[in-house]
Order: sequence, then C-alpha cells, then structure tokens
Amino acid sequence: MNKILILADHDGSTLGPATAKTVAGAAAIGGDIDVVVLAESGAAIAAEAATLEGVTRALHVDAPHNAAPLAAVAAPQLAALMANGYTHLLAGSTTYGKDVLPRAAALLGVPQVSDIMAVDGPRAFKRPIYAGNAIVSVEVDGDGPVVGTIRAASFKAATTGDAAPVEATTVSADIPEHTRYVKLEASGGDRPDLASAPRVVSGGRALGSAENFDLIYKMADTMNAGVGASRAAVDAGYVPNELQVGQTGKIIAPELYVAIGISGAIQHLTGIKDAGTIVAINKDADAPIFEVSDIGLVADLFQVVPEITGKLGG
Amino acid sequence: MKILVALKRVVDYNVRVQVKPDGTGVAIDGVKMSINPFDEIALEEALRIREAGGAEEVIVVSIGASEAQQQLRTGLAMGADRAILVTADGPLVPLDAARTLLKLVEREEPGLVILGKQAIDDDCNQTGQMLAALWGRPQATFASEVDLAGGAATVVREVDAGLETIEVDLPAVLTTDLRLNEPRFVKLPEIMKAKRKPLEEIAIADLGVEPAGVIRETHFAPPAKREKGIMVEDVDQLLGALKDKGLL
Repeated sequence: MNKILILADHDGSTLGPATAKTVAGAAAIGGDIDVVVLAESGAAIAAEAATLEGVTRALHVDAPHNAAPLAAVAAPQLAALMANGYTHLLAGSTTYGKDVLPRAAALLGVPQVSDIMAVDGPRAFKRPIYAGNAIVSVEVDGDGPVVGTIRAASFKAATTGDAAPVEATTVSADIPEHTRYVKLEASGGDRPDLASAPRVVSGGRALGSAENFDLIYKMADTMNAGVGASRAAVDAGYVPNELQVGQTGKIIAPELYVAIGISGAIQHLTGIKDAGTIVAINKDADAPIFEVSDIGLVADLFQVVPEITGKLGG
Repeated sequence: MKILVALKRVVDYNVRVQVKPDGTGVAIDGVKMSINPFDEIALEEALRIREAGGAEEVIVVSIGASEAQQQLRTGLAMGADRAILVTADGPLVPLDAARTLLKLVEREEPGLVILGKQAIDDDCNQTGQMLAALWGRPQATFASEVDLAGGAATVVREVDAGLETIEVDLPAVLTTDLRLNEPRFVKLPEIMKAKRKPLEEIAIADLGVEPAGVIRETHFAPPAKREKGIMVEDVDQLLGALKDKGLL
C-alpha cells in the first residue's frame, strides 16, 4: 500500500493551486495521501487541503521557523516526516517545490523524478526532457522512497468534496540558522495568477518596448486573463521574469492562450503545449507559432490588439 | 576564497533534438555541444566576483566523458584559473553528480559553489539543491542578483510570486537564473592562453564515488503533436471563432 506525503504550496495564508494538481498526480499513483503544510500558522491552509478529493489527512507543522519558505528549513522536516512509513514524497513543480524537494531527496539519499507528466505505475513515470522535445519513461529502482515533482499543466486539479481530518503535528529535526529570509517583492497585483489563470494573454519581442506591453495588459484585463511573455520579451527587459512562459519559465495549461508577437521558439512552445486553445497573432505568416495554434491571424499586432480590446469592451 | 563552478556539456541550445525511431534515446551523434547556458551564467558571476576582489580563484569542473575538456577549455578562456574533469561513463543522475561535486568541495574547500539552475538536456533542476543538502550548507537557487559581504551572500531569487531576497552564510551553493548576468564573449588571445592553464583529470572511482543510478530510462518518445488549426482573416472572425468554442 502506497503512503504518499505531499508538501503543500502556499503563501502563508491560502493554499496554492499547484497542490490540487499534485493531489491529482498522487491519486494516479494510488494509496493514502497526506498533505503537509509547513507554516507559522497552517490550520486554515490545511483545512483547504483537506477538502481536496483523495486526501486522507491534512497535516500542519506550525513553527516560527516555518514562517518563510526556506528549503534549508523545510527539507529536514520533510525527511523526518518520511520516516513515518511514507513511500512517496511529492510537491508541485513550482519554484517552492523545485527548491525544497531535491534537498529533501538528497537528505533521504534517493534521486528525484522532476516534472512528472504521467504516472505509469507507483514507481514508473513519464517526464519531458530537452525542452519537451522528447518524453522519457523512467522507472525508479530499489526500495527507497520515491521523490518527485508534479508538472501542474499535465494534471487536472483534484475536485473539492467532504473534508478529511486536519491534524496539527510536530517534527523533530535540526533547523539550520545559516539561511535567513529577508523579503518578497510580489508582482502581478490584481490580475489572475499566470500559473493558474484559465485565460492567458502573452506578448513577445515584437511588442518592441516595455511601454508597448501595455497593449497586452489592457487586452488581458478586458478578458480577465493572466499575462505572460516569451523569454525574448523578458530578455529584452519589457517585463519581469516571473511572466516568462516556457522551458526556463512557467509551464502552463490555460483553457485559452493568446500568443501575440511571439514567433514560437521550441522553448516557449514547451510551456504552452497543454493549453486548451492556442490563438496566435503574428505579422510573419511563417512563424512557427502557427504550426501549433488552433486559431491563427496574420496581422500587425499594433492594429489588431487595440481593436480586440475595443470590441471586448475595454 | 575559491569559487567552484560546474560546467555541464550539453547539446547546444539551438539544436532541435529528435527522438530515435526505435525509442532507445535521442539522436545526438554529431550535433553541436556547448556549455549549459545556465552554467555559463554561473561562471560569469564567479569571474565578476573575482574581478571585484571577492575571490582569488575560480575553478571550473565538469563530470563526464573526456570530450567535456572542450567545455572546460572554453571556461578557462572565459577566465577561470584552472579546471578539473571528473571522467565518468555515461550521464549521471543529479544525485550522483552532487555526490561527485561534494568530493571536490571537500578537497578544494570553496567559499561558493555556483551552478546553473537546470541543465537544458535533462531539465532536472536538482544538482545544486542536492549538493547543498549533502554538504549541510545553505542554498540560494534561481538567483538573479548576488551581493557578498561579511561572510554572507544576499541573494535575490526569481520565484513564482515575484522576487524573494534571502541571506545565506558562506560557504553556500548558488544556482543561477537567466537574468543574473550576460556572459562575456571569449576573445581569440584568451583561447590561446587557456591552452596553457591547468586541466586536471580524475577518474570518478578515484574520488570514491560509485554512481548509484536508480532512475532507469526505459523508453523515449516524441511529444504529442497538436492538430494544425485554422487561419482567420480579421479580428471579427477571430472573436467569432472564440465565441463558437465558448471561450468568450
């Protein structure tokens, strides 16, 4: 019988959307599923996790040192919790999961399977390599625990239902003091979060400047969409890196993805290939983005984007 | 202070890798190989720290076949002081790479180890975190800004929610994100000079590391293809098509 421990993703007060996806990945493995919240005061976050379909228990480890999301602090606690008979340790492929889980895996002396996109068995998975140009099937040998991050775009979020028990728990682990949290400069404001928004409007290098990127923000706002960008737009300094969609940025799966002035480099396509409907607007009819788009429009973005915004009531 | 930088030899960023028809791997024979781009950023950062007086020596390390000498020579031409190649058969999983780097860390006692946040071949994003765990030292991953002062590093990290700042005591492991810096171009005289810089080779067995593997790759497949879609002529057709799909 598998016993799966999931590290909850949260911002200190609410559960992040990656956790429901991770629970779905765990359900595909099968077995008992415990979600653990490491926070200063995690009862409310755990209560949210407890309503996810498939969750057996929602645990929270409340401690002042858990006030900030530090890998060096979280990993030894996870390694200690794993001693309670768990066969799997999972987290979402968020920057938090990517930071913490390999550290926990190394403490457990086992390797990690990153970015699980399909579950073939309790120890068998599929994951993307080479920016998604290949999908490799892997098997984890031996009898040590399986540690893996779940690629959110590949799984449908677990639905909510009756609440599982919520339990406060304690962990005995050496908490290092060599790593200190200073601050977080949050971005984004009121717009839907790029990683979980059902609609995303993205801009590329063709926007030409940070000022022109306003066109993307305005169009996104009329559609209640999140905003993304290609790596080229990030590299050119038009937008901050947390808007980057692709191999080295965020991998997303919105119902609707609108790519504006994005040529469609493979490393960008990696980030969107699980999107429901891809719309591409580009001046260049030969742009590779049109090979993957469901609806394509060859046009000058500076004409059609304001037109769309106007017609949608912006 | 010494800075250790790991350089992985990977298929060049611009090569579009194809899966072999029999599913046994990816076809990489004869394709252009380069330093993993994130590792190049790691080396650039180390060089800038040395040039600003924050370190005396920058050591570049690679693990793998002897061909990785090419990438180490490029690292030396960029400005690293010396290079170490740990020779090993086939690619290592990140945990084995971290175990190997730990042996070099114990030998060289660097104040900083800087790695790329992920290699663009296996896209694992694990080695830096694992090395920090095995070493029992701090990690500052996905760094976009690094400041050293008083035996600690203040690091701005690119996280999903924005920019997070943490402070870590040295020695520590850093992993680089894209915007940390722009690596310098190598000039021809530097390439000539690099040929005379020391490059040491050690067999992985001589470091006492036995790769444990454990993750077995059983099959490779190309990604699922998306169906080719429709082209529309203007904004009205576009909005109509989205309404038909129930997306507006």
